[in-house]
Order: sequence, then C-alpha cells, then structure tokens
Amino acid sequence: MTPGQRRWVFGVAVAGLAAFYLWGLSGLPGFGNYPGPYGFAILHIAVQQTDATGVVSAVNFDYRGFDTVGEEFILFAAAAATAVVLRRLRGERERPAVDQAGDREVPPTSEAVRMVALLFTGPVMVMGWWLVSHAQTSPSGGFQGGVILATAFILVYLAGEFLVLKRFSPVALTDAVEAAGAGGFAAIGLAAVLMGRAYLYDFLPLGQMPGAVSSAGTIALISFFVGLEVAAAFILIIGEMLEQTLLIRHGGG
Amino acid sequence: MAYFPFVVVAWILCAGLYGIVTSRHLVHQIICLIVAQSSTYVLLLGVGYVTGAVAPYYFDVPAHTQAVDPVVQALALTDVVVEAAVTALLLSFAIQAHKRFGTLDPQELASLKG
Repeated sequence: MTPGQRRWVFGVAVAGLAAFYLWGLSGLPGFGNYPGPYGFAILHIAVQQTDATGVVSAVNFDYRGFDTVGEEFILFAAAAATAVVLRRLRGERERPAVDQAGDREVPPTSEAVRMVALLFTGPVMVMGWWLVSHAQTSPSGGFQGGVILATAFILVYLAGEFLVLKRFSPVALTDAVEAAGAGGFAAIGLAAVLMGRAYLYDFLPLGQMPGAVSSAGTIALISFFVGLEVAAAFILIIGEMLEQTLLIRHGGG
Repeated sequence: MAYFPFVVVAWILCAGLYGIVTSRHLVHQIICLIVAQSSTYVLLLGVGYVTGAVAPYYFDVPAHTQAVDPVVQALALTDVVVEAAVTALLLSFAIQAHKRFGTLDPQELASLKG
C-alpha cells in the first residue's frame, strides 16, 4: 500500500470514528456533571470504612484491589518479557564499546552533572519512600513512589558509571525484590482468604485516626510491596536497555 | 464549553493515530501510540469531573466535601502503569528488529518478513 492510499483509508476510518464518537458524546452528561453513583458511594463511606484520607489509594488498594493485582502483574510480565526479548542472542557477546577514534580523548562525565546527580540521589530516594509510605493519606502510593525510587538508581548511573549502577543493583537482588513485591501483594490477599474473609479484605487494625501514617491497615502494607515491585521492575527494564547500548555487541568469540 | 474536554480527547487520539499510520520510524510510531493512549487520561479524568469539587483527598478538607470521582482517577493510574510497561516492551522489540533487519522503517520491515 502506498502512503497516499494509506492516508486515504485512514481518512475514511477517522470520519467513521468521529461519527460514532459524536453520537456517543451526545448521550453523555456534559463536562462537570458526573452522574455515576459508584464513585459517590465510595466517597461517602471510604474515610470511615478504611481510615484512609486518600480515597484514590483506598480504591486502588482496597475496593478495587483485585484490579491492582492484575495491573501489578502486567508490569511484572512486561519486565520479564523485556528481559527475554533483550537477552544475549546467539552471535552476540558482552564487551564494552571499542573506541572508534583512538586519537580523541573520551570526555569524562562533567563535574557539574556528577555533582548534581550525587546531590539529588539521597533526596530523591527519601521522596520515593515518602510517597510509597503515604498512600493512605495523600496523593501518592506505591506506583508513583516506586518510579521515583528507580530514578534514584538512574542518577547513580548518570553520576558515575554503568558498572557502578550494576554493583548497586545486582540483577539477582533486583529480581528477588521484584518477586517479593509482586508476591507480597498477592500473599496479603491470600492471608485474608485464610482468615475466612474476601480476597484482599483489609484485616489489619485501622489505627487511631484517619490521615495518620499508621492508619488504613493493609492499604499501607500493599503500597509498600507495590513500591518495591515497581522500583525493581523499572531498574531491571532500564538496566536491560542500558546493557543493550553499552555492553552487548554483535560478533563471535 | 460543556464538551470541550471530550473534543480534546478526540483530537489527541486522532493526532496519535495519524502519526502511527504515516510513521516511517518504529520509535516514532511507539511515541505516537503513547500520544494516542494519552487521550484516555483526558477522557477518564474528564468523565469523572464534577464542577466545583475538590480532589478526592480528605486530609485537610472536612469530610463529605463534594469531591470528583475517585474511581476514574484510580483507573487513570492503572492506565499510566500499563502504558509504561507496554512502551518498554515495544522499545525492546524495536531494538531487536533493528539488530536483525538493520532498519526501523515499518514499510521496509513489512517487506522483510521471514
């Protein structure tokens, strides 16, 4: 198919899409008039029922926790699949890049970059843990916090060397942390089943007051495990990508 | 104005789809897919919005203040995570396709099957 034909087919398809979209839109209540009873029902009971002031986290890790298990395993499967797709293929081997222009000096990492990256590593780590541990109170949670935790490791790569990053986060350890994070979430759900409650039932004490870090029972615990899983998954995925660029080369031997 | 956010959704979706259809580079095509998917965030948040309501966090507002729908916000979070996972996987396919076929042009790749 030529690009011209392709565009023409696309034009027809978009016209059809637009027609159906406008048709659907005409039946929607306008922007700002959300009618759904489900969200409002949760808003009314969530804070009393779970002691979590972050209702989004209560939805994610309690009311619709089963969805979130699936979501977490999508990430888990994607990290595993990335590792499989980017494995060392036959005829490839690991070695650092050979300098193509031996007479030119490789510029070292600039002191400014190194300094900023090192300065930020600690605070970024603290911020990541803060987000992971405050899912129940504020707009945060394991997913957001986990990504920021992974960023702290990428700063180590920016500040130093790829090999330093590898020493900080050996694949075996990162794999184990990822598995513990994903398994921990599923295990909390199963623990509730063993106590004769529904899967992912919030069986821990809810704490004294809504909005305290120690409140909301399993929501905080699940957020912690999700944080571990997400951070490890992102470190693994980014590590695989860096390995492709920096270490794996085509050629025998 | 009552439908403006939904028009934005359609615009972002179509811009992303147009990019996917006309793209001559796999990485560009993957980014277009991200653009198309971003329309779903606007759609989800737009559907759950309530005029004058606060975010669904009762840390420093009195209980029973009218808030926007928390369920679509949780869904948007799921959406972001799935997008990140899908993007990582697609990019790694692009790396291997480039290694194997030496090109990232979808049209050339289509003629290189086998």
